[in-house]
Amino acid sequence: MRRSFGGTYWLLILPALVLMVAFYILPVLSVLVISVTEPEPGFGNYALLATSGPLHRVLATTARICVITTIVTLLLGYVVAYGLAHARPTMRGLIFFGVVLPLWVSVLVRAFSWVTILRREGLLNNALLEVGIIEEPLRLLFNEFAICIGMIHYMLPYAILPLYANMRGIDRRLISAARGLGASRPTAFRRVFLPLSLPGVISAGMLVFIFSLGFFVTPAILGGGRTRMIAEYMSWLILDRLYWGPGTMIATMLVLTVFALLWLLGRFVDLRRLFGTAT
Amino acid sequence: MSRRHSSPDQLPGSGIGTWTVICFLLLPITVVIPVSLTDRSYLSLPESQLSLQHYVSLLSSPAWLSSIWQSAVIALASTAIATSTGTLCAIGCWRLNTRLANAVRALMLVPIIVPTIVYALGLYRFWVELRLVDTYAGVILAHAVTGIPYVVIIVTTSLSNFDIRLEQAAKSLGASTTQTLTRVIMPAVAPGIASGAIFAFIHSWDELVLVLFIASRRIITLPRRFWDGINENLDPAMAAAAVLLVLLTTLFLVVNLRLTRSHTN
Repeated sequence: MRRSFGGTYWLLILPALVLMVAFYILPVLSVLVISVTEPEPGFGNYALLATSGPLHRVLATTARICVITTIVTLLLGYVVAYGLAHARPTMRGLIFFGVVLPLWVSVLVRAFSWVTILRREGLLNNALLEVGIIEEPLRLLFNEFAICIGMIHYMLPYAILPLYANMRGIDRRLISAARGLGASRPTAFRRVFLPLSLPGVISAGMLVFIFSLGFFVTPAILGGGRTRMIAEYMSWLILDRLYWGPGTMIATMLVLTVFALLWLLGRFVDLRRLFGTAT
Repeated sequence: MSRRHSSPDQLPGSGIGTWTVICFLLLPITVVIPVSLTDRSYLSLPESQLSLQHYVSLLSSPAWLSSIWQSAVIALASTAIATSTGTLCAIGCWRLNTRLANAVRALMLVPIIVPTIVYALGLYRFWVELRLVDTYAGVILAHAVTGIPYVVIIVTTSLSNFDIRLEQAAKSLGASTTQTLTRVIMPAVAPGIASGAIFAFIHSWDELVLVLFIASRRIITLPRRFWDGINENLDPAMAAAAVLLVLLTTLFLVVNLRLTRSHTN
């Protein structure tokens, strides 16, 4: 039966497949090709990885911001996921709403809000001046601090959801057993709950790190061109300087890094589950 | 959160910690609303009274109105393409359920894995050659292709709850493949299809990075207008635009919630 109808079902798949290959896969592959053919064939662009000072600075900035973002996001996300896992149903609904709502607010709107809060004449500086904690406005915007705040805010829901999914699966009786055997609440947490929640921490951390790497909008707005991350640097190379070779080389390295990290992640968790394709 | 309410094994203070982070999450969204209602002419909290002047100036600006219109056209068209092709693809892959079909379904997810900036570079070059830069067709196609993954994921999820025996019953009662598709499978997963369409729409409506590369003068979508505004002149009309964007997204989410609710009931 499956055989006779197989052809028809492939016809259903065809339109999406054609669109995807022609207008997504091909353009992305062309990026990889350009990186070894322009300005001249060979791996000249890749030599820049070793020699280019500006590139090293951008890479260092990107790595630093991504690591800080990932660590802080995991810490804050863990607290919320823990709270979610232990909250009563009505409370849980409220917290869940607070986690999911920002997920659906345009990334531009969020960056803009952070600008109004953090800028020199912004809400935070004004409030601090009025209370008298500071005498001069603080420089909060257009630096790595601002980028990290914006990125942490963006990434938090993506960390909380997998962390919570993992914690929900932890057998609560194990913690009760530890308590019954005389462990204090902190000890029961440290020796039983925390180790059991580590798989969630690993997948959440990897996801956040992977998403952060190629992030464009938030760093571009909150860094104000003064602190550049890799995606903005690529856009500058291509749109302002027309340096296609180096730009596509960085793009290729970015894609390879993302897939390598995903492969690594796949060794810890079932990726199909993570992306919701398990049937 | 008093201790009385927490379970005996919960760490003390975790409730307060949770709510502090939730406040951090909601802060930027709540701040925009009072700022958009300010009575002053610069980005600030209202001084003596609330004012709708910035909404008026926003909605009487031909530039912003044209951007809203362009974004709506592009989002509707790309949603139509992504939803129709994505739904058929999800159904095909689900029904075939072979290794090859699963590989195709995995391929459909690539756009949410590869950083958008990489696709933007490749697409820019591609569209220059096909003369699609700065055209409706170019932006619609780009948004449609990147919207397909959302539709495929959501429709696949609702198909996994669909009883395959219903399809076999339809076939054995003499229905053709097309009839089975349109009369049995599609109605059963309709909430999933609608939900996928909503996600595809929001994706296009909010998309900025691709537009920065493949559009310049003729096509200025709402996010692009917003981006230019942040970089050039920060005025309270931007806050008004931000609130309208948030309201629209919330509206879609409420509709989506209704859909999934009625589905599970």
